Amino acid sequence: MASMLLSTLRSCPVTHSYQCLIYPFLSISVRLSVPSVQTKSKKSLARPGMKNIVLVEGVRTPFLLSGTTYADLMPHDLARAALQGLLNKTGLPKDAVDYIIYGTVIQEVKTSNVAREAALGAGFSDKIPAHTVTMACISSNQAMTSGMSGKTISTPSVGLIAAGQCDAIVAGGVEFMSDVPIRHSRKMRKTMLSLNKAKTLGAKLGLIGSIRMAHLAPELPAVAEFSTAETMGHSADRLAAAFGVTRLEQDEFALRSHTLAKKAQDAGLLQDVISFKVPGRDIVSKDNGIRPSSMEQMGKLKAAFIKPHGTVTAANSSFLTDGASAVLIMSEEKALAMGYKPKAYLRDFVYVSQDPKDQLLLGPTYGTPKVLERAGLTMNDIDVFEFHEAFAGQIMANLKAMDSDWFGQTYLGRKSKVGAPPMEKFNLWGGSLSLGHPFGATGCRLVTTVAHRLQKEGGQYGLVAACAAGGQGHAMVIEAYPQ
Amino acid sequence: MAGVRALGVLSRVTLRRYALYSGRNDLPRTHVNYEVKGDVAVVRMNAPNSKVNTLSIQMQNEMTEVMNELWANNAVRSAVLISSKPGCFIAGADINMIQSCKDAEEVTKLSQEGQKMFEQIEKSPKPVVAAINGSCLGGGLEFAIACQYRIATKSKKTVLGTPEVMLGLLPGAGGTQRLPKMIGLPGAFDMMLTGRNIRADKAKKMGLVDQLVDPLGPGLKSPEERTIDYLEEVAIEYAKGIVDKKIKLHKEKGMMQKIQDYVMSFEFVRNQIYKTVHGKVMKQSKGLYPAPLKIIECVKTGVEQGPTAGYLAESQNFGQLAKTSESGALIGLYHGQVACKKNRFGTPEKEVKTLAILGAGLMGAGIAQVTVDKGVHTILKDTTVDGLARGEQQVYKGLNDKTKKRNITSFQRDSILSNLTGQLDYSGLEKADMVIEAVFEDIKIKHAVLKEVEAVVSPHCIFASNTSALPIKDIAAASKRPDKVIGMHYFSPVDKMQLLEIITTDQTSKDTTASAVAVGLKQGKVIIVVGDGPGFYTTRCLAPMLAEAVRVLQEGVDPKKLDALTTGFGFPVGAATLADEVGIDVAAHVAEDLGKAFGSRFGGGNVEVLKTMVDQGFKGRKSGKGCYVYQPGLKVKEVNPEIGDILEKYKMTPNPAVSSDSDVQYRLISRFVNEAVLCLQEGILNNPLEGDIGAVFGLGFPPCLGGPFRFVDTFGADKLVEKMRQFEAVYGNQFTPCQLLLDHAKDSSKKFHK
Repeated sequence: MASMLLSTLRSCPVTHSYQCLIYPFLSISVRLSVPSVQTKSKKSLARPGMKNIVLVEGVRTPFLLSGTTYADLMPHDLARAALQGLLNKTGLPKDAVDYIIYGTVIQEVKTSNVAREAALGAGFSDKIPAHTVTMACISSNQAMTSGMSGKTISTPSVGLIAAGQCDAIVAGGVEFMSDVPIRHSRKMRKTMLSLNKAKTLGAKLGLIGSIRMAHLAPELPAVAEFSTAETMGHSADRLAAAFGVTRLEQDEFALRSHTLAKKAQDAGLLQDVISFKVPGRDIVSKDNGIRPSSMEQMGKLKAAFIKPHGTVTAANSSFLTDGASAVLIMSEEKALAMGYKPKAYLRDFVYVSQDPKDQLLLGPTYGTPKVLERAGLTMNDIDVFEFHEAFAGQIMANLKAMDSDWFGQTYLGRKSKVGAPPMEKFNLWGGSLSLGHPFGATGCRLVTTVAHRLQKEGGQYGLVAACAAGGQGHAMVIEAYPQ
Repeated sequence: MAGVRALGVLSRVTLRRYALYSGRNDLPRTHVNYEVKGDVAVVRMNAPNSKVNTLSIQMQNEMTEVMNELWANNAVRSAVLISSKPGCFIAGADINMIQSCKDAEEVTKLSQEGQKMFEQIEKSPKPVVAAINGSCLGGGLEFAIACQYRIATKSKKTVLGTPEVMLGLLPGAGGTQRLPKMIGLPGAFDMMLTGRNIRADKAKKMGLVDQLVDPLGPGLKSPEERTIDYLEEVAIEYAKGIVDKKIKLHKEKGMMQKIQDYVMSFEFVRNQIYKTVHGKVMKQSKGLYPAPLKIIECVKTGVEQGPTAGYLAESQNFGQLAKTSESGALIGLYHGQVACKKNRFGTPEKEVKTLAILGAGLMGAGIAQVTVDKGVHTILKDTTVDGLARGEQQVYKGLNDKTKKRNITSFQRDSILSNLTGQLDYSGLEKADMVIEAVFEDIKIKHAVLKEVEAVVSPHCIFASNTSALPIKDIAAASKRPDKVIGMHYFSPVDKMQLLEIITTDQTSKDTTASAVAVGLKQGKVIIVVGDGPGFYTTRCLAPMLAEAVRVLQEGVDPKKLDALTTGFGFPVGAATLADEVGIDVAAHVAEDLGKAFGSRFGGGNVEVLKTMVDQGFKGRKSGKGCYVYQPGLKVKEVNPEIGDILEKYKMTPNPAVSSDSDVQYRLISRFVNEAVLCLQEGILNNPLEGDIGAVFGLGFPPCLGGPFRFVDTFGADKLVEKMRQFEAVYGNQFTPCQLLLDHAKDSSKKFHK
């Protein structure tokens, strides 16, 4: 009966703030009518005949502003550190996993399959195959779900673990922005390649003679969307403007992220961070991008992308970050057999994609209702929300989109809005804006954080959602492991 | 610029805003409203029942009223001028308003009122920011440049320009005076003399607008609505910034600008510019168009003699131009073009989503080129790998050239090309909703293709033939379903030529016609729908003129002289060059076919001249030799010396009574015009308007004359008949005026255009 009451109230078209107002009353009435509080619409998402997949452990290197302490490393060094951290923390035998998958965005040409190089370097058995995936900012989400299911859109029923191919996998992600591949210009490359083939001295000299000053100009990795030639910050600014997100709202959200991250760091809640002795440098054990500022200070910054009237600034955007993450994922029976106490069940997930120009960063809005529907849950069932914060403006735009009936009807094909996640459950330990955002590594951080928050806060369901370049998005439901 | 169009509904938003904010007691304003936000007045323009805003009398009156209220209102410190219509700021002055004036003086008065209104805006003590989204043309642009600051959306729909010259007019509300000051003499001349549209980003570079705003995607409203709101929000910020002196109105001039200004301060430099521009205009227009010359005159007067003289010259010249026959002709063409961009046959039952084109030659690939980028799946079929590769390359090149010009991105190019399937067989044709054949002009081949197509396509599929002369009913004779057979005559090069001539037979169903028109409109064509017959309308008009041209050549006139005579009359391409472009073989083929169909009326020049040329390989530009010799890379073309012998062989003696330059011109034009009028008389043409549009856009009939029918109206049918009788006396029935022309000659009140 209580759940009926809840669902009727849920379906009421009330605004978010109104919902907050009536909430105390609601919970009282629930307590009065039902002695044991069970507000979830489902007890568990376990399905008969399907393997339960669990997160055993998740770790990450400290996330550092690029160009700081990690500056002289290579990407696989960071990934190696994360993998070693995982081994240390779990005491996992080095031949106990069946497969290793890593996600990364900007590839170091020398280590294009960074998963393999890092695994070998971390001392994993050379009998364990490893591959690397890429899907922009949700690359490590893809690494995890590939391990789980091997298919992008499906229930975790037919993948490496679920299909019985593997029982234990390591997934992770790495991004290293302190060094990126900068190439010669196309013309110069062409000349150099022809030079290899030139047989006579005359031909070689002719080719060398054809080189012009302009050919020497280097080519930086594209920071823009290939299909639209628009940079992500520019798109984020337009998105924020489209949803009427003000500069003030963005700065406030960014400040909230930094403040919460600082609190979580000081309280020692960020247990996934491992210490890392950087060769030739000190031991790093803390994220270094968390810098709570004041609204006044942030207000002074000029727009970074749409000048001069834009609203996205350096302070309300995520910064370029170096970092790596790793998670150990197993079938529940294998984990238990090996004596592990799993942290959480990894349940349903979805990938979505939409217009890469005007809806580049709206992945969470599209992914959230879809994954909830798949899991048979509602927004109210979720206790822990962890959304990837690419830009404060992007988060606010997603919240507004989810809270808009017009958007829900026009673009999501729904009868009404999705509903925005309540802020008291949302990214409570900071997010990408403050902790940092190594593109390929963020997904594992989000999943591990949900698991840790569920344990700490005592909730049952958590939701991860993230946007990615290319107009793609991802969402996953995570269920607490009974403690 | 657009005339009054009874389209669109009064936007809901305006009604609401009007109810909330209009603070007036007497008659409600319908075109202009304002709302004060803080200390910024947001002035919104929204002409009711129209897709576009025009500077109509009503709009101007209400604008003046509103501005006076704002200047009197102490709570207002600045204003933002914005349109509530998505895709249109102000499209220009109301053409009907100008046309309904009785005489030049009345038009001059209109111009002066416009000048006065914009002068007040320019001198406004409270800064006015023009927030531009969509077309900002003609009077709209003149309004915008009178404002203190301009912000434009970086949308594809946002274009700025002064298209008056294309209507035989000049920017008559201060444009000729303000533009040179704003963007310099060369830029201003370029804008006003070409009338071309300028995109927002280019306008920013030129200094025509001060700031750009990105168009937004969907948010809590549709992209269009939200973009307008955002533009308004940004413009308000700038308006405040200008009042608070945070934003400078006059940008620091760059080094180049300073140098340019210095150079321009010398009178002889300026005179050199006037001279060069004048020379260019004379070369291109042959002095047949008065408007460009008047524009130069107005600019010169303003710069050299000061604003008072400049504004006076502008308004007087504007008045004079509005009453010229050239302007009347060009405005008539504009109206015709608008009319020929509508589907008078209604919405087809089935939208064409897959279009198959048979034959990947110049025409076939050209049709594919204008189809793929409209989101239509296009199948391009040829019989040989080489032919197909050439055709696909043509489509790719067309799109890649657009990429180079930055009209589209390389990504858009690739994604557009994904709509194109090149193939050598008929696989997948069962999905086609329409098949256009562009195979060789031979009735046997056309029949074979028709049968092959009908064997594979679905029953609803339409078969269109791209032929320039073969009667459609002859092609349809081989069809199992002649109601689905239609003619679609494209003009080469397809991506450049605007006209599409659609030919229906007695059996063609109305839905088939509607569908063909819908496809043509999607391809961006101006469409005339004509009846079936040898040569339809366009080819039939052209053939007698080309026959006459051949006779002129036989009479010993040099091809260059012939070209000069035709271009001197206003044809963009000379008759000899045109024959080379069309192809001498095609011309010979058509001349022979139509000669058989219409008899001696289509005679004149000897077809053997053309045939001999073809036999010797002089097929025109495509074969490198025709009337002229074409060498790749060379712009100047020389007369083909080898045709001298041919012409010598078929030499005719000119009759001095009808061989003056002017006589030759009228011999050529009168045969064209007479055949056009005959087409109307016989019902091949539905109306004179389509006849004018077809002749101008398909065959290059002098635009300044407005088409054959308008030419008869303005020149006088009686005078034309008189000339024709004179030629008839020498050459015979080729110059016999048709009955309809005679009717018009007898009764001078009869006009093709009211």
